[in-house]
Amino acid sequence: MTTIDAPRTPAPVRRPRRGVNWEKWGWIYMRASGVVLVVLIFGHLFVNLVAGEGVKAIDFAFVAGKWADPFWIVWDTLLLWLALIHGGNGMRTLINDYATNKLVRTVLLSAVAASTAVLIILGTLVIFTFDPCPAASPADLLPSFCPVR
Amino acid sequence: MSDKSAGTLAGDTPASSTIAMPKRPAGTLYRGNEGMWSWVMHRITGVAIYFFLLVHILDTALVRVSPEAYNAVINQYKTPLMGLGEIALVAAIGLHALNGLRIILIDFWSVGTKHQKLMFYIVLGLWAVLMIGFVPRQLMHIFGGGE
Ligand code: HEM
Repeated sequence: MTTIDAPRTPAPVRRPRRGVNWEKWGWIYMRASGVVLVVLIFGHLFVNLVAGEGVKAIDFAFVAGKWADPFWIVWDTLLLWLALIHGGNGMRTLINDYATNKLVRTVLLSAVAASTAVLIILGTLVIFTFDPCPAASPADLLPSFCPVR
Repeated sequence: MSDKSAGTLAGDTPASSTIAMPKRPAGTLYRGNEGMWSWVMHRITGVAIYFFLLVHILDTALVRVSPEAYNAVINQYKTPLMGLGEIALVAAIGLHALNGLRIILIDFWSVGTKHQKLMFYIVLGLWAVLMIGFVPRQLMHIFGGGE
């Protein structure tokens, strides 16, 4: 049973919190990353969906062409990390709000943490180990700068 | 019951000294009206974009498998149905991004809470401009032949 204090009971003296206030830094991160994501996401959407032939222009050679330029490597890597951590932390907020059962909450929080970590590692590896001219691939699928073309 | 709950906005004290008991709590940032609905859609769009992002990182990872595998999957994004899906995606991201900037202004701008309603309508206006620019372009790409 819950008991509540009598009215006007002095508030308990709180000991000053020690250590890093992670919840505060998460709150700041949502806003700081949000501002940067506006630029990164709208740039990404413009180049891939609006410019030129839009979505119909996207294929392996298109991606290889973008990642031949360090500018887009940095852009996409930042987008990957900032968006996944922003989204993952946002999902954490929603799970804490709605998953009232302790077991369900733990399972969901672990799933978000695990998928965030796995996808950041996977995505980063894909960008940095990318081979634009894989051997034994049909030449017409490869970007124009590959030796086989 | 006091109606001075957390989140009551400054400047909405009634002029008359007696007020009728409101049927429901009203006039707060989070209950009813623009404040609540912007929050509801911010959550829904946030979750939707998150699940798209999970799939999108996996489909892009196929560039590391083979050009054939990547092209086969990315071609699915070019079908009419997915073309409409991309409109929904841009709509969701546009709303989330613009309203996210509104949230940041509410938090950091000294008179942000005072103008939150107006900023919500500015968000909707900018969002409409974004969609008016994007939708025809996307429909041309998807249904306009070409390639
Ligand atoms: C386009 C730029 C973006 C901006 C400006 C932005 C801004 C914000 C802001 C300010 C919040 C509120 C955080 C809080 O209340 O503490 C938020 C929440 C959230 N965002 Fe974003 N965001 C952006 C992109 C994204 C993306 C790409 C995703 C998904 C991967 C995402 C998913 C979420 C989720 C799930 C929440 C939690 C909603 C809630 O707590 O009610 N956002 N965003």
